[in-house]
Amino acid sequence: MRMKTVISLRLMAAAVMLAPAMLLAQTQVTGAGATFPGPMYTKWFDTYHTAHPEVQINYQAIGSGGGIRQVTEGTVDFGATDGPMNDTQLGDFKTKRGNDVLHFPTVMGAVVPIYNVPGVATALKFTPAALAGIYLGTITKWNDPAIAGPNKGVKLPASDIVVVHRSDGSGTTYIWTDYLSKVSDTWKGKVGANTSPNWPVGLGGAQNAGVAGLVKQTEGSIGYVELIYAVQTNISYGSVQNASGEFVSATLAGVSAAAAAAAAKMPEDFRVSITNAAGKTAYPISSFTWLLVPSKIADAGKKKAIVDFLKWALGDGQNMTEALSYAKLPKEVVAKELKAISKIQ
Amino acid sequence: MTEATRLRSRHMVNNVMLGLTGLFTIIIAGALLFILGYLFINGARNLDFAFFTQLPKPTGETGGGMANAIVGSAKILGMATAIGVPIGFLGGVYLAEYGNKSFAFAVRYLTDLLNGVPSIVIGIFAFTLVVLKAKHFSAFAGGMALGLMMIPISVRSTEEFLRAVPNGLREGALALGTPKWRALATVVIPAAKDGIITGIMLNLARVAGETAPLLFTSLNNRFWSPGINQPTSTLPVMIYTYALSPYDDWHRQAWAAGFVLLMLILTINVSARMILSRSRYSGGR
Amino acid sequence: MHSSETLKVQGEARVPGTKRNPGARAFALRFFSGDEIARALVTISAALILLVTVLLVYELWINSHLAREKFGWHFLTTQVWDPNAGQFGALAFVFGTVVTSFVALLIAVPLGVGAAIFLSELAPPKLSNALTFCIELLAAVPSVIYGLLGVFVLMPLIKQYLHPVLKGTLGWTPLFSGPFYGPSMLVAGIVLAVMILPFIVSVSRQVLLAVPNDQREGALALGATKWESTWKVVVPFAQRGIYGSVFLALARSLGETMAVTMVIGNTPQIKASLFAPGYSIAAVIANEFTEATYDLYVHSLIELGLVLFALTIIINGLARLLVSSTAKFSVSST
Repeated sequence: MRMKTVISLRLMAAAVMLAPAMLLAQTQVTGAGATFPGPMYTKWFDTYHTAHPEVQINYQAIGSGGGIRQVTEGTVDFGATDGPMNDTQLGDFKTKRGNDVLHFPTVMGAVVPIYNVPGVATALKFTPAALAGIYLGTITKWNDPAIAGPNKGVKLPASDIVVVHRSDGSGTTYIWTDYLSKVSDTWKGKVGANTSPNWPVGLGGAQNAGVAGLVKQTEGSIGYVELIYAVQTNISYGSVQNASGEFVSATLAGVSAAAAAAAAKMPEDFRVSITNAAGKTAYPISSFTWLLVPSKIADAGKKKAIVDFLKWALGDGQNMTEALSYAKLPKEVVAKELKAISKIQ
Repeated sequence: MTEATRLRSRHMVNNVMLGLTGLFTIIIAGALLFILGYLFINGARNLDFAFFTQLPKPTGETGGGMANAIVGSAKILGMATAIGVPIGFLGGVYLAEYGNKSFAFAVRYLTDLLNGVPSIVIGIFAFTLVVLKAKHFSAFAGGMALGLMMIPISVRSTEEFLRAVPNGLREGALALGTPKWRALATVVIPAAKDGIITGIMLNLARVAGETAPLLFTSLNNRFWSPGINQPTSTLPVMIYTYALSPYDDWHRQAWAAGFVLLMLILTINVSARMILSRSRYSGGR
Repeated sequence: MHSSETLKVQGEARVPGTKRNPGARAFALRFFSGDEIARALVTISAALILLVTVLLVYELWINSHLAREKFGWHFLTTQVWDPNAGQFGALAFVFGTVVTSFVALLIAVPLGVGAAIFLSELAPPKLSNALTFCIELLAAVPSVIYGLLGVFVLMPLIKQYLHPVLKGTLGWTPLFSGPFYGPSMLVAGIVLAVMILPFIVSVSRQVLLAVPNDQREGALALGATKWESTWKVVVPFAQRGIYGSVFLALARSLGETMAVTMVIGNTPQIKASLFAPGYSIAAVIANEFTEATYDLYVHSLIELGLVLFALTIIINGLARLLVSSTAKFSVSST
């Protein structure tokens, strides 16, 4: 009896080990990194897999810092980030891998301030000074004049502000702090733009999802996430005052407007920041997000899969972006990228 | 204070303190009932057929299941057992039957040391040893990490149960002229079999819920992962990812997964203990 | 007693005992005797265990050398953890790890030892066994499930009920001052307490059961109440073993990762208030290990791993020293 159990357990184990091997031969590609485009990427890879069953691209949203590290170590086939790699990191990549890493913008998105303030139903308006002050820890109450000023008619409580930020190295954080650095000299001097800055205040939540989760569960909190996370989880998000002084709510049109100027003079390596861009309708906390692809991919199957996918993402894939609250890439950028794809060897 | 009041107060203290210890016991046992009950209510309610048969949906979409994570967990646990149990078992046989003094002491000491290593540190080790060298996250790296964690208990339970086998059995077999290895394989080890199997099962139950060492070894996968060289989804990592997500549907699935995982572990655990108690019972007669 | 075992054994002796390839075995047997092969096999396995453990320590040591060379002992005494500036100090994480474990012990030791007393001294054996079984099952619940419960059940409960009480009565002390957001060292400590309870109960109970009965009877004969005999005679007799169980639990809680990561708030700071979020060594490794973008950063994280390793080894060693002198471990409690 016992023997039987043992044997049947063994058989089960054997079946489990064999079952996946019987699936059809596939090209397996692994990517990891930014959570900002996570919903878009998983949707893309899912759709792409349905259309091309022989290619399976597994994307894990572990944060932009993780994407950069793992692609540099070569433990994943491609990385993804919301803040372009800096020159030191590019140098590291070159020393470790002996080739270059290419940045490919895939979509554009907006980072929005989300909050959970009891009794506030309308969308709050945030000035750059208010956001910087809150994240520097100088503004600590919801009814501070810096917040209350532009929100006439909204009854803000006198409660503490609970600041939530990312605990992992994050491109969303890069975009957020890049923006704060452009609008606040104190921030620039004290903290600066980074994927994992030394936060003056606040609680850490893991990934976009973790921040949204914390804000949702914590009364009086404020955080920042990529727009789609705020939309999907029904958290209120505020509008932000742009460089022209207008309060703009995050919309795809606003993101496209922010990218308009950059699109015309895109540098060869696509590393460009579009936060606090000029233009009346530009949403100020907008950004490209990039795939990080090594310039040399030894495995021919993987190389083909990645190249084909990139072409698809820049073509058909662009039509899926708006349903998930990401903005399409400007045409000039797509054209430039399609040329750059040939650099992958 | 009179003698009578002193006595009364001593009895008061006696009753109160003994009552308290009972209360504490109820609180702790109640915690288990609460955990089981809560997971049962929230987990079973959210379980559906799709959970066992479908792949996860793209981020933020509702529906889908964790079929790949269930298979992934089974695969990694299978590998962990294949790595950890034979080494641990043979090591245990060495300690119980062959060990010479100083070497056996070193092995025993380092086994205890290995047993105390926090699982996250094992994760670092498997990452530097397997993932960095092989240049990819893989089910194998995860199995390796869990396998390492299984070694110490395998060793110590094998040793303990072999030592419990009466010496008469060994001597009887050897007296018949059986070579030592044959005596071990056909007499001593079979006699300790129940205990050793129990040890393996408890061991398996312990690592089945491990999350930390898998985070940077098997990573995760949204698809099926054929073979053992691909990043692989597992139940504990899925629970972690889904629990910290902001999506209500993912929370529901996290509860369901938690329920499935806990049931699996408790089943292994309880049946292991039953095997042991039954064997002790029959042995004691 | 032996007869049935022997019968069973004889019954199975006819089953071929080994599973190795017969061809290979015959081949090997031509050169070596079975005994030599068996001895070699088990010795190699034992040596392998030795090797793996040594390799583990070696890998941790080698892969943290940049951080060790750059920071030396300052690594343990400085608080700044700033990957951008290349400054790494472990103090905040050590603080969070120690404080949460201490809170856990503060809760779990009285509860656990109390329950162990009840189970060993008062409860009838059948009830005691059943309850102990239940409590030991708590140890089988995976860490990530404790985290799940911590986030969705415990955190809201504490916020609604425990926090106002603590704030009202002890709010004047720095320990319970400031706002409470949810993720905090307090919640982490409570979750850890539940997780380590089974170890304390199970080992303490065994230690108490091992106290010879004449100790109890002697005290009772002198007119002591049940509680007095337990508290003044039995418990002191088992003291070392109980301390051992506490150290064992402490080692567990120091290295606990997932549940803590989920509820501690992941903020590297040193605050007196238990309401404040903190960070633990294991949690920071879990969060940052895959994403540390340059070598010094990685090495600093691995050095944190080394620190954690050293801490648990010391505590575990103490535990084993204390327990093994009084009672034997059961498989499930190691």
